[in-house]
Amino acid sequence: MPELSAGDTAWVLASAALVLLMTPGLALFYGGMVRAKGVLNMLMMNFAAIAIVSVLWVLYGYSIAFTEDIGGGFLGGLSEVGLFGLLKQDSLIATIPTTVFVAFQLMFAIITVALISGAIADRAKFSGWVLFVVLWATVVYFPVAHWVFYFNEGNGGWLGDRLGVLDFAGGTAVHINAGAAGLALALVLGRRIGWKKEPMRPHNLPLVLLGAGLLWFGWFGFNAGSAVAANGTAGVAFINTQVATAAALLGWLVLERLRDGKPTTLGAASGAIAGLVAITPACASVTPIGAIFIGLAAGVLCALAVGLKNRFNFDDSLDVVGIHLVGGLVGSLLIGLFASSASPAGVAGLFDGGGFAQLGKQFVGSFAVLIYSFVVTYILGTIVKKTIGFRVSADDERAGIDLAEHAETAYDFSSIGGGSRSHLLSRSAPEPESEPEAEEAPAVEKIDDKEEVAR
Amino acid sequence: MKLVTAVIKPHRLDEVRAALETFGVSGMTVTEASGFGRQKGHTEVYRGAEYEVDLVPKVRLEILVDDSDVDDVVQTVTKAAHTGKIGDGKVWVVPVEAVVRVRTGERGPDAL
Repeated sequence: MPELSAGDTAWVLASAALVLLMTPGLALFYGGMVRAKGVLNMLMMNFAAIAIVSVLWVLYGYSIAFTEDIGGGFLGGLSEVGLFGLLKQDSLIATIPTTVFVAFQLMFAIITVALISGAIADRAKFSGWVLFVVLWATVVYFPVAHWVFYFNEGNGGWLGDRLGVLDFAGGTAVHINAGAAGLALALVLGRRIGWKKEPMRPHNLPLVLLGAGLLWFGWFGFNAGSAVAANGTAGVAFINTQVATAAALLGWLVLERLRDGKPTTLGAASGAIAGLVAITPACASVTPIGAIFIGLAAGVLCALAVGLKNRFNFDDSLDVVGIHLVGGLVGSLLIGLFASSASPAGVAGLFDGGGFAQLGKQFVGSFAVLIYSFVVTYILGTIVKKTIGFRVSADDERAGIDLAEHAETAYDFSSIGGGSRSHLLSRSAPEPESEPEAEEAPAVEKIDDKEEVAR
Repeated sequence: MKLVTAVIKPHRLDEVRAALETFGVSGMTVTEASGFGRQKGHTEVYRGAEYEVDLVPKVRLEILVDDSDVDDVVQTVTKAAHTGKIGDGKVWVVPVEAVVRVRTGERGPDAL
């Protein structure tokens, strides 16, 4: 019977908090990339994901994902609905309290859903997004997390536990899953008005870099925390995460320098994210040198992939497909080549003399998630579209989704036209008598006198 | 009286202002503006996708001057805004029928 480890518990608690920080980081990363008139809606879609998924997770999400199978490794049961059974002090997973594991895995569910929002920036109705989050988390994320992350001595999820697909921290369940969903939603919603004709360049690149930096920081919790212990595996995952990200950033910049003539800020941020995505499934099954190769491949391939939307004419606004789907595929499949028996996972890939076996498993795992996520998301998106609607009106989209959906704007560009607050207050308060107006007049004169004196 | 209007590169504004102050011009109006001339904007690249930015940021100066000072003011602005590269801007002069100082009600050259 394993005993509770205070060190492991402390590390996973800290990791859970780090992973939560990734979602506000993602919000800034995405928010900086949209136009000024849509930044608040971008932030709100991510914050709403935090709120909705957190509640669903306690109600039934954790149970569906992480309790005993109700058939073939495809879906968990309902035995932990409401988490009542987990509150006892002796309920442990490995060496940590089960509730700590619940919290840690919750953060994965949140960011996976939030990642999708980048594909439909600037045009999705907020109510449509909220309904979609409920449906998608329930029908797609919770089951897929069960496939990949639930282990029970060969009777767990069909991909991870039964087939032996390696996905340490979520290359398939998180990134391929969200990327495929992003592609489906981009197709369901259609292109933004003026796409390819009007400039839709990022309105604030420093915000993008800040967001990317927070994602990078939080990602150590994501990957190294997935060891579910403060041990050597966490250490390997940590160093692999760092070097793969660095290599991907460099890879992206070199490609840009060669192709476009200039290394760009957005390229640096994007390259870092591509590397983080790609190393996520692989961070405990490759050596640091393998991680560098995976990072470089992700940086270059994702930089090439983001152009695909222009060729195939789908408007994945912020390149969720090019970075998360492609990056996730790169990382998941390259495990088949770079997996090293010297790593904590102890599996040999093709280059380590292990043959094609692992590559085949990675292929099955990646495409099973890709196809399931794409098909089901397409159906869910269509349901939302046909019922409550999934897109704002053309006028609202042109004028800016922030104002239309949230009655707010992010930036006060001009002081001209201000003063609406007093107008609002006076509307709700009873109309004042005419006296104050008479009092105001001399006050104005006084100010004028002072000015004269000052001169 | 004349209105001298100049559309110049934003980073030359301080030079132009300093030069005009030395010359004795007491006030001006500065507005952020955007536009293009022969250079037709510039290209920006985001994730490999090129954007033609055809309206370039500029500042627009408006200076009211007495007829006798017009040539000197135009020359001062032109000299201070000059970089020799494309997109330096333009200066033009139009006649002004009346000028009133709001605070005092003075009119004509006294109001400048």
